[in-house]
Amino acid sequence: MNVMPSVSNQSNPAAETTEETRVSESAAMISIEGLKRSFPTPDGKSETEIFGDVWFKVAEGEFVTLIGHSGCGKTTLLNILAGLDTATDGVIIADGHEIIGPSLDRAVVFQTHALLPWMTAMENIAFAVKSRWPDWSKEKIREHCQKYLDLVHLTGSEDKKPSQLSGGMKQRVGIARAFSIEPKILLMDEPFSALDALTRGSLQDELLSICRSTGQTVFMITHDIDEALLLADRVVLMTNGPQARVCEILENTLPKTRTRSDMHTHDNYYPMRNHLIEFLVNRSKQFKEEISSSSYNPKAPPVVRPSAQ
Amino acid sequence: MSNKVKLQALMVSLVLFAVFVAGWHVWVEAQKGPAVDMDPEYAALMGITAKGGSAMPGPLEVGEAIWGHIINPFYDNGPNDKGIGIQLAYSIARVLTGFFLACIVAIPLGFFIGISPIFQRAVDPFIQVLKPVSPLAWMPLALYTIKDSDMSSIFVIFICSIWPMLINTVFGVAGVRKEWLNVAKTLEVSRSRMAWNVILPAAAPTILTGMRISIGIAWLVIVAAEMLVGGTGIGYFVWNEWNNLSITGVITAIFFIGVIGMCLDFILAQATRLVEYAE
Repeated sequence: MNVMPSVSNQSNPAAETTEETRVSESAAMISIEGLKRSFPTPDGKSETEIFGDVWFKVAEGEFVTLIGHSGCGKTTLLNILAGLDTATDGVIIADGHEIIGPSLDRAVVFQTHALLPWMTAMENIAFAVKSRWPDWSKEKIREHCQKYLDLVHLTGSEDKKPSQLSGGMKQRVGIARAFSIEPKILLMDEPFSALDALTRGSLQDELLSICRSTGQTVFMITHDIDEALLLADRVVLMTNGPQARVCEILENTLPKTRTRSDMHTHDNYYPMRNHLIEFLVNRSKQFKEEISSSSYNPKAPPVVRPSAQ
Repeated sequence: MSNKVKLQALMVSLVLFAVFVAGWHVWVEAQKGPAVDMDPEYAALMGITAKGGSAMPGPLEVGEAIWGHIINPFYDNGPNDKGIGIQLAYSIARVLTGFFLACIVAIPLGFFIGISPIFQRAVDPFIQVLKPVSPLAWMPLALYTIKDSDMSSIFVIFICSIWPMLINTVFGVAGVRKEWLNVAKTLEVSRSRMAWNVILPAAAPTILTGMRISIGIAWLVIVAAEMLVGGTGIGYFVWNEWNNLSITGVITAIFFIGVIGMCLDFILAQATRLVEYAE
């Protein structure tokens, strides 16, 4: 591990950088190492780098969100993690193995829920469960599916088709499907962005309680600051693409027991929130100048803990 | 649709039908003018038309003929006088045989072409050239190679049914939403489960639409094909009635062809509804 550089940050005096990395080598569930993805330009003559030199880790049981503007390759990064896309360069080690394709150990909650519309809610989950445990009997599959439908409060809607469900209910089925295969890693691609604020709030609460009770390792993409602060233990800040980089990693200093209603009363809430807004509004665009004037090390992006003190 | 609208539509349908039948009746009556001044020998040769009468039947005659066929559809008085039920049964059997053979070929073939972008491009020029060929243009080739008139008409049905099904299957399979495929991929679904449980149900409405177009075309083509090959079938029946100058028989046949075509379309429409899904 490289020694962290100390970054002076004029725009955010409250943000302090530290030299320690929270994730130790052994406990890392996901380790992203030098990841780069480029696409051919429309004329096919050269390549555009979407993001590159991305290094960070996710520990077991940790909830990490990645925040950034659209176009920084967030979804591409998640697709590579899911095994649906391949990196141009670099590797991802998940649970000790290099990712070479999709796996049942990494469940995905898609932005557009991606339920199969000709199947009922129950059948959609059963499709996943049957993929995970092909030898299970019909009753066992049904029982298992029911457990996860109950978990996301969809009891009674088992036999409804996705078209008969509201947006929030569809995404609940998507979440139940992902949890039902008991994956080692849960990947979520802006799962709540298509929902109205009220539904989003209640789904965030449900997700938080399920994750807290199961100790699920989650990597989630979002562009919602409050969502990131409520759910995440750490927030990875990605600059604007093309040539996006991991700018910093923010450690959430709010207590683990935070809820949507009390989180803003904590002293560190606004410093963190302001830090993220400042990043999204200004720094995400000017990051290229920022790194050229400092000793930025992509292998160990600065860790910040904005606080009131 | 509300019941009131349905009832009103039914009333308008009945009125339109009554106007049509009345107009037809008046027109036919008007044709029956005074006898034409004509050479008596020629008049004897021409039969009823020479006496000022028209071969064009009125609605009552046609109704009577249709009723006669309905109550006795399966009589058989030799090769040129069979009941319309028998003739229709021959035609339906040929259409269904050709259609199902086309299904067996077009749907699996379309499936494999649809999942392979390379094949899609490679096969496209052949489909584009063969699709606009009138199925009847294949008839001489079929007769020469198969050497059997019955099998040749089935082959013509096969050829005309295959294109809409093939094109729609390719289109349906190639157009399966990427996110559904991605879901299946992340669940490490086997190739056969992917094909049967994801791609096929997703493409089924498009495939069924292709089948519905095909059966419609097949039913159009069988009449012409049977006129050419002769022997049996509703197409032959029409041609035979024309040779007899029985316009009543021709109109009766048109009526039955329409009804059977509607039934075939209805069956496929119901089947399409079974596999349809709302997104």
